[in-house]
Amino acid sequence: MSPDNYSSLRAAEIAVGVRAGNLAPAAVVQASFDRARDIGAGSDNLNILLAADDEASLAEGEAIAERRNTGSDLGLLAGVPVVIKDNIASLGLPTTCGSKILEGYVSPFEATVVARLRAHGALVVAKTNMDEFAMGSSTENSAYGPARNPIDVRCVPGGSSGGSAAAVAAGITPIALGSETGGSVRQPAAFCGVVGVKPTYGRVSRYGLVAFASSLDQIGVIGRTVDDAALGLEAIAGFDPHDSTSSDADVPIYRMSALGVAAPEARNPDTQALRLGRSAVPLPPPPHARTLEGIVIGKPKEYFPDSLDPSVRDLCERSLDRFRAMGATVRDVSLARSPLAIPVYYIIAPAEASSNLARFDGVRYGLRVDSPLGLKGMYEETRSRGFGPEVTRRVLLGTYVLSAGYYDAYYRKAQAVRSLIADDFRAVFASGVNAIFTPTTPTPAFHIGAISDPYEMYLNDIFTVTANLAGVPAMSVPIGRVRHLPVGGQIIAGHFDEYTMFRVGYALEAALGADAHK
Amino acid sequence: MAVTRDDVLHIAELARLGVSSERADELTRELSAILAHMEVLSQVDTSSVALTAGVGAGGTPLRPDAGVAPAMAGILESFAPSMRDGFFIVPRLATHEDAAGIENRA
Amino acid sequence: MTAERYEMVVGLEVHVQLKTRTKAFCGCSADFGAAPNVNTCPVCLALPGALPVLNEHAVNLATRAALGLGCAVNPISVFARKNYFYPDLPKGYQISQFDQPLATGGSIAIGETSKGADIRVGITRVHMEEDAGKSIHDRYPGATAIDLNRSGVPLIEIVSEPDIRSAAGAGAYLRTLKQILQYLDVSDVSMEEGSLRVDANISVRPPGQVKLGTKTEVKNMNSFSAVERALESEFARQCALIDSGGRVEQQTLLWDGAREVVRPSRSKEGSHDYRYFPEPDLRPLLLDAHWIERVRHELPELPDARRKRLGTDFELAPAEVDQLTASPAIAEYFEAVARASGDGKSSYNWVMGEVSAALRSSGGDIDAFRVRPADLAQLLNLVRDGTISHTAGKRVFARMVETGKPAAQVAADEGLLQVGDDAVIAGWVDQVLVEHPEEAARYLAGERKLQGVLVGLVMRKSGGRADPKRVNQLLTSRAG
Repeated sequence: MSPDNYSSLRAAEIAVGVRAGNLAPAAVVQASFDRARDIGAGSDNLNILLAADDEASLAEGEAIAERRNTGSDLGLLAGVPVVIKDNIASLGLPTTCGSKILEGYVSPFEATVVARLRAHGALVVAKTNMDEFAMGSSTENSAYGPARNPIDVRCVPGGSSGGSAAAVAAGITPIALGSETGGSVRQPAAFCGVVGVKPTYGRVSRYGLVAFASSLDQIGVIGRTVDDAALGLEAIAGFDPHDSTSSDADVPIYRMSALGVAAPEARNPDTQALRLGRSAVPLPPPPHARTLEGIVIGKPKEYFPDSLDPSVRDLCERSLDRFRAMGATVRDVSLARSPLAIPVYYIIAPAEASSNLARFDGVRYGLRVDSPLGLKGMYEETRSRGFGPEVTRRVLLGTYVLSAGYYDAYYRKAQAVRSLIADDFRAVFASGVNAIFTPTTPTPAFHIGAISDPYEMYLNDIFTVTANLAGVPAMSVPIGRVRHLPVGGQIIAGHFDEYTMFRVGYALEAALGADAHK
Repeated sequence: MAVTRDDVLHIAELARLGVSSERADELTRELSAILAHMEVLSQVDTSSVALTAGVGAGGTPLRPDAGVAPAMAGILESFAPSMRDGFFIVPRLATHEDAAGIENRA
Repeated sequence: MTAERYEMVVGLEVHVQLKTRTKAFCGCSADFGAAPNVNTCPVCLALPGALPVLNEHAVNLATRAALGLGCAVNPISVFARKNYFYPDLPKGYQISQFDQPLATGGSIAIGETSKGADIRVGITRVHMEEDAGKSIHDRYPGATAIDLNRSGVPLIEIVSEPDIRSAAGAGAYLRTLKQILQYLDVSDVSMEEGSLRVDANISVRPPGQVKLGTKTEVKNMNSFSAVERALESEFARQCALIDSGGRVEQQTLLWDGAREVVRPSRSKEGSHDYRYFPEPDLRPLLLDAHWIERVRHELPELPDARRKRLGTDFELAPAEVDQLTASPAIAEYFEAVARASGDGKSSYNWVMGEVSAALRSSGGDIDAFRVRPADLAQLLNLVRDGTISHTAGKRVFARMVETGKPAAQVAADEGLLQVGDDAVIAGWVDQVLVEHPEEAARYLAGERKLQGVLVGLVMRKSGGRADPKRVNQLLTSRAG
């Protein structure tokens, strides 16, 4: 087995090949580099990747081969190249958050998710471009220049995890890590025609994720296929004692959901073998009339407004028909407070950001710009030169809504409405709905520079931001194209029920087949 | 509520963001426009929302008063802009900053 | 006098460092004295991506303190961020508690009225927070040096009601509070080491007026007496200001200990807007009612209760009990001696006399004191049953402090066992009378007040071994 067809291999196929000794990890890594070079991932072209260390990655590949020779467990992602969004701390490569204020900063500790990927045998090959501090929906707000969409280089890849989604779409790696605050994994995944998963808040440790809005942030996985995303999430999910908001809920084997069966008992020894990749998960049968039997799919009317792009609506309807064809019931539901989500989000997220970004003060790390005006001058010079315009705007907005006299009207009110939005989701799931289906974004990818009004840009998150506010898991799956541009369908499930979300995602992907990309 | 230019200068001061006079005018317009979209929230009845919303996720976990701090690869000097004898060095605080510091002292 | 036309109204905010091994939100050592920035990690340096996890023992100690101050501990409390920029505050915010603190509604008694009723000061709230680092301004010219070893060390803030009416009252409150916290063993409570810090809010009003005057906040006091002096100074300033037709302005003042004045801080008004909001990196602190009750149940005996008990059990005067209970360690030492010797009064005399003097001169701590309570009790018994004299007892004690040997052995080694043999004592008496003919003549002529002097001389001649009772009797019989 050679990695000639590298760009079409699923992560699980690579890991199986490496574990069996049919694939050399270093050759896989080399294939990833070659692909990045051939597609033009560098700053002079697509500008997807910010930093890579080929030598180090090849050496890691050799180390995986060594581990295999000694008979050690190689893990779920043995020899699988991955790229990491640049706001996730990694040893060896800079962690800049797409900002000048952290230019060249190399974290002296590693995020829990990166450590878990490495423990599962994954090879971190690059850090990816992003909107500065994850603030944006297009990856145009990067201090290192905008990234481009590999499907159409005139278009944005979405954001803020645009580099990660583009890297997967370009075939550089089958799996990438991104981060979400209001849709920053799902929206670029939709724009690039790949799968993007935002897990339940608390499912994945945030330790080492540079905070934007702590109560909304969650690391997510981008995969070429649903299976890539499911495998990636399995590797990184679970309780972390370094993150007080991480959950100790059991992590099921998400890949089993493809079989349409209940999650296997976690403590069962067979389950453990599957979990560690010692035995293979059986392949799912082709979709048929009973694949989704008993599943109720909710179709919330607030996510299908009259103003919705008719081509996007048509693709969603096609997906809903496929659900019905697989035995699911599609039910009209209402998430009445969802239209309030954008105002709520753009109060809470900037408020938390204004506080989270206070640590970038030029004292201990990162950029420092000296000033004749002493310490205060140093603070102001460092922060105004280090932060780009969108970050500055949001930090000021957040400072304003928290400031004396405005807190109750804005922040407190927004938190109360947030809790009503979450109540809507709880009520729908309590009524017997297993998953909710919506478009991921109102439109496909737009041209670079096409949106200049900040609030218009914020409206890109209109369908995704509710899952962050409610803390529920959601994923975007490719459901077709409008003209040549990909469109994503969103599947939302109840708290910690990623298993059902993946089950529906696997079924939809299989049912659409090649239609998903045309 | 429209944001005034003075508001922008005040919050820029709080956030330690140097804002030029020209930029202050732009930001006044931008922030006012964004906040105008937030007004819709004031119409929402939130009287039913309990103060303890969010407690359902359980209490904050506690760690034992022992163990070691997470290790760091590399020394502070590897990323600090200015260090001397193990201290981080910053420009000398002006008198009013000094005073503010004492006031802010917990 | 202003003091008659105006009443002082004071509330105090006291910050206390909790006695934990590690910091509030990370595993770094909370110890003092390490080289700069050695006790730091990604969390307390606020490196990008680091997150806080709460120290269980800090919660225990804070709860114990709150219960010891009579507060109700809330089953749900919430951490909040207090946002401000300062170079020794690495995150740009302090994790504290704001509108849902750990505990509320306590009070402590700081003394008694002339009619014997308690004077109480209400405790508004007790909340948990973290300390900042240290800024050193005088080490390098033109630069400030930052040491973050203290960054993230756990604190509690204890906020009193404005129930204090005098500078002396503030001093009494602080001493009482410190004593309670010592008994609770939650903190080192040392102002010198910075483990206890005090800020004061003060206003004035005419006596009988209910409405509070405009208050000022006074900071930067480094001792309890500095707090008292700063309050007197600020009280006088406010009274004079009102007398001259002015109005007190709400502001923060700094106590200048060298010049004994308060001076306004030069920070701009309105620059304090801490933008508190709930800390999203921590979930609410939930404390189970049973757990709180268990902490309450395990509280040590507090100073008030101990004063009452020791007074009753050992028949001591209130002033004597106050002395003994000032420090919990002294009180425990005393009680052990008193129980073993069965003599409260002598135990009091020895502990507050010889033991305290020995500790003062050595600068040592009673927990490490060589003479353990059982040894001292044995010495007291030897004196009481006349085996050695009181004078000899003091010499034995001194040797015990030096050697750590038991009292009986020291007494025997030093030949200090008391002599009761009349013939021997009579010999010493006669010798003294011969050696001091003038005093002897006057005494024998009836100048009885010289008896004490002569007894002392005989005791000295005997090397402390003579039974003073017999010496007195023999001298009296000589005088006829």
